Amino acid sequence: MIYVNNLTKRFGNFTAVKDVSFNVQRGDVVGFLGPNGAGKSTTMKMLTGFLSPSDGDILINDLSIHDDAKKIQQSIGYLPEGAPAYGDMSPLQFLHFIAKVRGLKGQEKIDRINKVIQQVELGSVLDRPIDNLSKGFKRRVGLAQAILHDPDILILDEPTDGLDPNQKHQVRELIQNLSKDKIVIISTHILEEVTAVCNRVMIISAGELMFDDTPSALLKKSRYYKAVTLHMSYSSDISGLAELPGVDDMDVDKNTGRVTLFPEPEADILHLVTEHIQRCRLPVDTLFVEQGRLDQVFRDMTKEGGA
Amino acid sequence: MGMVATVFKRELSSFFATPVAYVFITIFLILSGVFTFFIGSFYERGQADLLPFFNFHPWLYLFLVPAIAMRIWSEERKSGSIELLMTLPITTLQAVLGKFLAAWSVLGLSLLLTFPLWLTVNFLGNPDNGVIVAAYIGSWLMSGAFLAIGMCMSALTKNQVVAFILAVVLCFVFVVSGSNIILDAFKDWAPSIVIDTVASFSFLTHFEAIAKGVIALNDVGYFLISIFVWLYAGLLIIEHKKAD
Repeated sequence: MIYVNNLTKRFGNFTAVKDVSFNVQRGDVVGFLGPNGAGKSTTMKMLTGFLSPSDGDILINDLSIHDDAKKIQQSIGYLPEGAPAYGDMSPLQFLHFIAKVRGLKGQEKIDRINKVIQQVELGSVLDRPIDNLSKGFKRRVGLAQAILHDPDILILDEPTDGLDPNQKHQVRELIQNLSKDKIVIISTHILEEVTAVCNRVMIISAGELMFDDTPSALLKKSRYYKAVTLHMSYSSDISGLAELPGVDDMDVDKNTGRVTLFPEPEADILHLVTEHIQRCRLPVDTLFVEQGRLDQVFRDMTKEGGA
Repeated sequence: MGMVATVFKRELSSFFATPVAYVFITIFLILSGVFTFFIGSFYERGQADLLPFFNFHPWLYLFLVPAIAMRIWSEERKSGSIELLMTLPITTLQAVLGKFLAAWSVLGLSLLLTFPLWLTVNFLGNPDNGVIVAAYIGSWLMSGAFLAIGMCMSALTKNQVVAFILAVVLCFVFVVSGSNIILDAFKDWAPSIVIDTVASFSFLTHFEAIAKGVIALNDVGYFLISIFVWLYAGLLIIEHKKAD
């Protein structure tokens, strides 16, 4: 369990994190979203005890970060931003070092190391210096290090940055498999990642917590949530569509010719639209219901905060 | 203690995984040979002792120890691995001790590898081996004090060159603080107790006392306290500005 109360971090005159409060329960996979410099990494650094808060408190498993940081750190696996590691070591040496620090011994140590090597597929580069590895492999070494002791709490700062789409998919699967009874907090710039792996989203902008709910609640905030988009094979009279009951607004994309109908809040307009199309014999060749557009919600939410 | 040993092993293996330790030891051996035989006139003196060898140690350390110390924290900062290290269940004290002991062992190893000189002097005459052992111990202690200063400066900045220069300057002040270069600055206005205190900070004075074969408590204690104070200062700096 993580309880964060009125967390604030100041660097001189600059306040990086302002009065943020939230709590995270077992089984939560939290996605931290926010523009660069919004305070995501700073918050993570405080959760892991690297930075101490200027104000407020963090309680993890009933221990305060102020008094028991080292105890708390035993139950956390952390991938810092940029996945730093000791470049002169090979991944195998590095994992042995981390295993020792994590108090793993004997057969258990060997088993755990072999398990994570397999989980993040490091087998082919085990004896090369980490400095010489590609960005993707470095990131995976960082991940392996974070999950090595099978921690209750996993905090990953941009775990998929620099990975190719296959590797991203693999990391997401890894997180999903890990997270059944654990706490996972990941920060990311990739919005689809949040809907793919998280069951909770927090948006931080200019140091303030702007949103804290499920990914679907975030989608509902989108103007495009349940909007109907259609395209016609040749131009015809579409003025009737905007007049339909429940349709709040209509938008025509000049480049693609796509027409988007925005519903009034809580309204379901799909059946009305299809009826209208059939009645007026509109030459529709594409029609779909939008799920909501995260990038647009993200922009709306972080711009007002960041301005 | 377990964590100190773990950090120690990692640091030590890192010295030998990179060329740092090899270059350091080679240069140390070459330079100490050059100083002993050419500048120190080892043969011409016609005495069976290692004084010409040990006399140059403070000056050798002045440049070589900051060179080995400069990377200890700066590199962690630069690569960001300090964030990893400090979020592992290792305390800052354990990290400082592990790192210090690893680098100090490299210095100790370099000193041990000068044993051919000791063999030579024993082959040529009958030196007082007790004095030589004392001088080795004194030299190692002094290198520890240099190292602690260097580590403290390395903790200050992520730039290794800055760390090196700061450490060399500070070490230089401590080497010569018993000589007129520093004392002249105090002579005209300071009371004699201040001058005596400043003079007693000199690495040279304490080292020369041990190198004569007298392992006195105040000389050994001086180096141990110096090591402790500078390591502690480095620890405070790291704790205070680890994220900068």
